[in-house]
Amino acid sequence: MFEKIIENQDKPKYNVIGKPKPRHDAWEKALGKTRYADDFTQPGMLYAKVLRSEYAAANLISIDTGEAEKLPGVEAVLTAKDVPKNETVTKFGQTHEVGGFEGFYRVLADKKIRFKGEAVALVAAETPAIAEQALKLIKVEYEPTEGVYDPIEALKPDAYLVGEKETNLICSYKVIKGDIEKGFEESDLIVENTYKTQMVDHAYLEPESGVAWIDESGIIVIRASTQVIEHFRGIADVLNIPSNKVRVIAPMVGGGFGGKEDITVETFIALLAMKTERPVSLTFTREESILAHGKRHPYVMQYKVGVKNDGKLVALEAKLISDAGGYIYLSPWILMYSTVTAAGPYDYTHVKVDTHSVLTNNTFASANRGFGGVQPCFAYESMLDEVAERLGMSPLELRKKNYLHTGDALVTGRVLEHAVETEQTAEKALAALGEPSKPKSSSHKVGQGFASGMLSYGRMCFLHDTSRSYVSIELDGSVIVRCGVQDIGCGQCSSLAQIAAEVLGVPMEEITVYFGDTALTPLAGTTTATRQLYMSGNATLKAARAIRDTILKKSGEILGITPERLELRDKRIYIKKGPQCTTSYGGSRGDIISSEICVDINQDRYLDLVAVVKACAADGLSLSNLAQFNAPARELVDFTTGQGQVFTDFTYGTHALEVSVDTETGDVEILKYISCYDVGQAINPLSAEGQMEGGAIYGLGQGMCEDVILEKGITKTPTFAEYLIPTSMDAPDITSILVESGGGVGPFGAKGIGEPSCVPSSPAFTNAVSNAIGVRFYDLPVTAEKIMRALGKI
Amino acid sequence: MKTYPVKIKVNGKWKEAAVTARDTLLDVLRKKWLAYEVKNGCSEGDCGACTVNLNGKTVNACLVLALQANGKEVTTLKGIGTEQNPHPIQKAFVEKGGIQCGFCSPGMIMSSKALLDKNPVASRSEIREGLSGNLCRCTGYHKIVDAVEHVAKNNQS
Repeated sequence: MFEKIIENQDKPKYNVIGKPKPRHDAWEKALGKTRYADDFTQPGMLYAKVLRSEYAAANLISIDTGEAEKLPGVEAVLTAKDVPKNETVTKFGQTHEVGGFEGFYRVLADKKIRFKGEAVALVAAETPAIAEQALKLIKVEYEPTEGVYDPIEALKPDAYLVGEKETNLICSYKVIKGDIEKGFEESDLIVENTYKTQMVDHAYLEPESGVAWIDESGIIVIRASTQVIEHFRGIADVLNIPSNKVRVIAPMVGGGFGGKEDITVETFIALLAMKTERPVSLTFTREESILAHGKRHPYVMQYKVGVKNDGKLVALEAKLISDAGGYIYLSPWILMYSTVTAAGPYDYTHVKVDTHSVLTNNTFASANRGFGGVQPCFAYESMLDEVAERLGMSPLELRKKNYLHTGDALVTGRVLEHAVETEQTAEKALAALGEPSKPKSSSHKVGQGFASGMLSYGRMCFLHDTSRSYVSIELDGSVIVRCGVQDIGCGQCSSLAQIAAEVLGVPMEEITVYFGDTALTPLAGTTTATRQLYMSGNATLKAARAIRDTILKKSGEILGITPERLELRDKRIYIKKGPQCTTSYGGSRGDIISSEICVDINQDRYLDLVAVVKACAADGLSLSNLAQFNAPARELVDFTTGQGQVFTDFTYGTHALEVSVDTETGDVEILKYISCYDVGQAINPLSAEGQMEGGAIYGLGQGMCEDVILEKGITKTPTFAEYLIPTSMDAPDITSILVESGGGVGPFGAKGIGEPSCVPSSPAFTNAVSNAIGVRFYDLPVTAEKIMRALGKI
Repeated sequence: MKTYPVKIKVNGKWKEAAVTARDTLLDVLRKKWLAYEVKNGCSEGDCGACTVNLNGKTVNACLVLALQANGKEVTTLKGIGTEQNPHPIQKAFVEKGGIQCGFCSPGMIMSSKALLDKNPVASRSEIREGLSGNLCRCTGYHKIVDAVEHVAKNNQS
């Protein structure tokens, strides 16, 4: 189901942009030709396995690898002492050094075990079975310690210390606006609640995987499933070799969602390849992926809201604590996102937000789609429904009095100069939801609910983000884009092809996109932060336009008219229809342009693109362009007030649901699910809808079923039989409504949709369930069991 | 480890390999015969990425021992359509946006084919039920159901 709303009738008409197109990488995937990280082999390749800690908290006393090394077929066994630089920090291709935004971690455990599943030793062997056998022969002596598993406990002065520092606190941020005390004094109603969100896994279908080898020039080459090929710098740092001696290749990635943003297998296989001088492959088992890789941070969020009787929000006091687990990784970045979006897309006069990220002995947490925007949305949107109920006002009426609009200031003081259409998305989503359906039996209750949310696209401005793209047109008119994006399945490459196709007037099918290789493609930064369409889309647009300008200039010379009168489409250069038509082609290069390239069909005058390209080449004009796009750069915000600009722009939207709750079983059936977003300009509406549908269900999983259950740091849900993500039976049909304000900062006015699309799912779901049964929920997920408890039936 | 010879017909062609008693059909397809179109998402039968057809039955290749498949016929994604002659379900997945990262697609398309072979005019809810053994994390399933429904509707007319 698809409804497209054109907001601006005067906006430019495009030939390729805005058209629903099958993705350019879809055929290879449908035919089984796409070679993912594990679909690759090298002569003499060894198989690696990782020994992981059985304890969540322990002192590492000793490791004896002697027996393992003696096992026939074992080529290497490595521990922390074999890693040139074992203690390192995450950095993400940023051009600007920013204090505090470096996430410490260890490649292999040393001294203290900080979470269950932490890597302790690596083995490379002739077969996976031998490698597995070798793991059993490694003797590790642990001294188990008590550990700390609750972030609130971990903040207490006498708490067990997870790392070597004197505190478990990683970082704290604040937003201060107005006078919070005065705000509550002026309020007619104050509501206070504590909300909790759980740990969730990315559950991409492709586990972490890669192969490393040393090439004929001595370069360490790593072909791995990653969202960040620019980790080559961090890998080189660990190996203690220059950055230009490591090459990272990212083939098509089988799902990322932030889980392949940190280094996963790369350093392990690089270390083993260096040690053995043979290719080494490593693919995590599903259990390893769930046990030992970064998760979404669980949050505890205390919210206190003051409101006037007329529904005007006056005061917000929020304290957010994120559980980072055993290592820092991206916790400070994520906490900053939560801090900026803690109030959501709403106007409060007085605000005080305090946020903290804390180490515990739980599985470490890091990037996950929605990156710190998901958790506060559950809190502020649950809160607003409760406030509306207490005021006797409809949830929409309350929000409409408080939605931010273009030109308003965010709680951080930053004026939102780009399109803010949250209110419109809510109105459209609720209109599409319509009147509630009739319950199917007396034990069923029907409810409706919605939630609005916001998330930035593009990275934090103080990181000074950049991207590069190279576009060239060949002598046969085919086009090449070289851009170091990682394609994680959202159509990153396909959208670049579509942009180049629009600008150069070449069919999308005739464009080849080389991607994800630090040796061959200009660096385009991370495929994270919903930034690739914005950043690399703009870089590609810039490069393609430079080539188009060359072609049109040359065409103008040939025709003896100004390039402004020409347009490029369907592999032809047309003279725009106008009052004066030239009949003379006696331009400067009439000597080499024969009459055969100037043809009149139905009185349309055009030049053949290929002929003009050849003419440009003959003249020595450049038919390639390397363009760099720089995001606006800002100084670091003041962490004690949060005032300043953290992001360039945000994407806003609303999810609305109708549910049927079976009060005998607690089962919830989703009868309607509407997702409405202002996408600025959909580059490919089929892809944009795909993101909105996928995001809705990804977020819904956190709302209704997903839960990484830990008992004292030990994962109780290490397989897909226990860690339940939505199946085709759980997921409803989604109605996607695309608002196109044209007001984004991406190419053609696009906004990013990948991550924002999953932000409001959980509160929209829980608000609908609460509306059905009259009980509110304060922690996720809201399972059938939780509903039965809420109804007092178990 | 002791090995045993097996002979399995893959997409119409007999293949031979020496396998251990614990090697799965998935291991032998991917590691010995480089049938990379069969994906491994979990190795324990939860995700459906390795769905293939074994003597007319839809199976998770990770749950079948290579020895159990000895003498039998396996059809993988590459056995149902080619670039020149794609299966209508493959075409529908491409055109209806049923593919994002593509990792679940080989299994998803094989399950869709099994479903439509049995029930050529399956309804949306029958399709959702038929694909419930195949996990997808990218699409939210909507466009996958659209794709299969499109083929089912064409079968009807």
